[in-house]
Amino acid sequence: MLRFIVQRLLILPFLVLLFSVIVFWLVQAPPGDFLTSYVANLASSGSSIDAEQVEALKRQFGLDQPGYIQYWRWMESLSKGDLGLSLEYQRPNTELIGERLVLTIALALFAFVITWLFAIPAGIYSATHQNSWLDYVLTVLNYIGVATPNFMLALILMWLAFSYLGLSVTGLFSPEYIQAPWSWERVVDLMKHIWLPAIVLGVAGTARLTRVMRANLLDELNKPYVVTARAKGLSEWKVVFKYPVRLALNPLVSTIGWYLPQLFSGSLIVATVMNLPNIGPLLLRALTQQDMYLAGSILLIYCFLTIVGTLISDILLALLDPRIRMEGA
Amino acid sequence: MAEQQTAETLGAQLASKAEDRVSVASNWKLVWWRFRKNKLALVATAMLILFYVVVLIPDFFATQDPEATEARLAFIPIQPISFFDETGFRLTVPAVVGKRNPVTLRMEWKIDETKKVPIGLFVKGFKYQLFGALETEMHLFGPLDSKSEDRLYLLGTDRLGRDQWSRLMYGTRTSMTVGLVAVALSVILGVLLGGVSGYFGGWIDVFIQRLIELLQSLPTIPIWLAMTAALPQDWRPDQVFFAITIILAFIGWTTLGREVRGRFLSLREEDFVLAADLAGCSRLRIITRHMVPAFMSHIIATSTLAIPVMIISETSLSYLGLGIRPPAISWGVLLQEAQNIQTIAQAPWLLIPGLFVILAVLAFNLAGDGLRDAADPYSH
Repeated sequence: MLRFIVQRLLILPFLVLLFSVIVFWLVQAPPGDFLTSYVANLASSGSSIDAEQVEALKRQFGLDQPGYIQYWRWMESLSKGDLGLSLEYQRPNTELIGERLVLTIALALFAFVITWLFAIPAGIYSATHQNSWLDYVLTVLNYIGVATPNFMLALILMWLAFSYLGLSVTGLFSPEYIQAPWSWERVVDLMKHIWLPAIVLGVAGTARLTRVMRANLLDELNKPYVVTARAKGLSEWKVVFKYPVRLALNPLVSTIGWYLPQLFSGSLIVATVMNLPNIGPLLLRALTQQDMYLAGSILLIYCFLTIVGTLISDILLALLDPRIRMEGA
Repeated sequence: MAEQQTAETLGAQLASKAEDRVSVASNWKLVWWRFRKNKLALVATAMLILFYVVVLIPDFFATQDPEATEARLAFIPIQPISFFDETGFRLTVPAVVGKRNPVTLRMEWKIDETKKVPIGLFVKGFKYQLFGALETEMHLFGPLDSKSEDRLYLLGTDRLGRDQWSRLMYGTRTSMTVGLVAVALSVILGVLLGGVSGYFGGWIDVFIQRLIELLQSLPTIPIWLAMTAALPQDWRPDQVFFAITIILAFIGWTTLGREVRGRFLSLREEDFVLAADLAGCSRLRIITRHMVPAFMSHIIATSTLAIPVMIISETSLSYLGLGIRPPAISWGVLLQEAQNIQTIAQAPWLLIPGLFVILAVLAFNLAGDGLRDAADPYSH
């Protein structure tokens, strides 16, 4: 078991290194660089910047160097835990990303908890009450949940809240807490706001998970050991929960590996629509402004989160399923 | 007594006839028999056919030029269509009247129930080229009197006074095609690489499997965004369109590749492949004539379920401004009009393109589920 985890951990740095090359190549790919658009913007607003200053800026950010040297400089600062300087904001990227990263992870975890809290009981109910009216209602809701894009759902909820309750449900904090340092009150304020985006983010996953749970449990419920348990005179509650539910849950754990990363990258769209102080909107702006070190750093963080999400589920699965442990050994 | 016996033999004959029918039926026939039992999937398929008819001839369904802008006609509300009036069956919509708000100086449009605009079928409207060749003015429906001031805004207008219904028809063409083309590209890549991986095995298999794992552990949406942001700004709409489909297929093929590889691995051990090999068939012939047809129905089912994912992705990317770009029209581009909450509160009908997205995705999912269940006619 330990060996399996160590093995996975050893691959991690190589993967991150590989991804850093891909990511850097991607953010470097657009023609021109930040300065060309920066100068063009200045020119269109009437002011100008002399050529010497442009040259100085170019040197400062290494934009006059070939790509591999830029990459090398980026990697060098990354290894020191420094994510470089944002071209647009002229501030260290670490500072820009810091809190937003915490909020990104918090939102994804919240959505994850909501998904499981709702989907597992719903799936169990649907399977044990197959073809009941609530089962049909849940099935219809599931289909619609999968079919609705995240941003559509966010728009509809925001619109309903705005026109019927007069509420503006954007952001993650009340105005007075946006700039405030972390405190107990601020956390409480966050809790008051985070549930709606978390629901929006989790709906599609909840729908999918409910369906999988229902199908898995239906397969298990038809097996002879369930009949045996029932024949022994166990209570229906025990018959269902003692073995079939636990067996039906097993394959679901393996889906955490792709579901958690999906939440991280899916939160990008929800955050942009609902104006959340997440790394998503920051990435979007950095990409359109060609703020390449910032965009590259955020992309690399997404990659890292994805790998860690997969790793967590691999470990969970190995804990649950001895066959996988054997393979790794 | 004799009568009963004849009846029994007749019954047995009929039963064996039905059995014969099943045993000689082709794979496709069996799939179809199973598929048609699923009524929901049939309805969904009919809906998809309707969608693709619109994709073929959006101009015929449109009532106005989708690019025609007139600031004065901005934010006209939906005109609800009614099928009957006092005289019996007659298509009409209520007229709209505009009044300038003295404070904001903006035109505000309201439904005027007292005045009816008669609607006709197969009427003349703006000129367009049918299938890019035949010039015609015929439209499915429109106001009977094309010269009058009262025009038809079935789904209202946006902030530039463009008719949303007509734009939606053209948007349907783009969005439904993006999904189809992106999945077609994924299928080609997936079948090719997955097939190679599963058939040859060895280091090729290892390499392709690692590649798939690598691509699958990339965070999809951020990488898509980075790729679309890298597209040059001065590209023509059709260039952007193809670039987007390639970007979507770039990660989409991996799931299909895995599935195809798995099928290849299990089929490779089947007797009929061995028989074909012993009969002296070439590898290419074994793959194309014997193995691919055996899992074709699975590929179709899987790709049907992949199309809605592509549609949602395209819509989301375009909504964020990094997908299909105006002047091209897609569902995502249309939804961009509903960017902020004030606009939506003022003109909620701008969210209707989202309803089309949901309907299309639902239809694909239902039809795909039906196909998947029917794809393996020998299982129970």
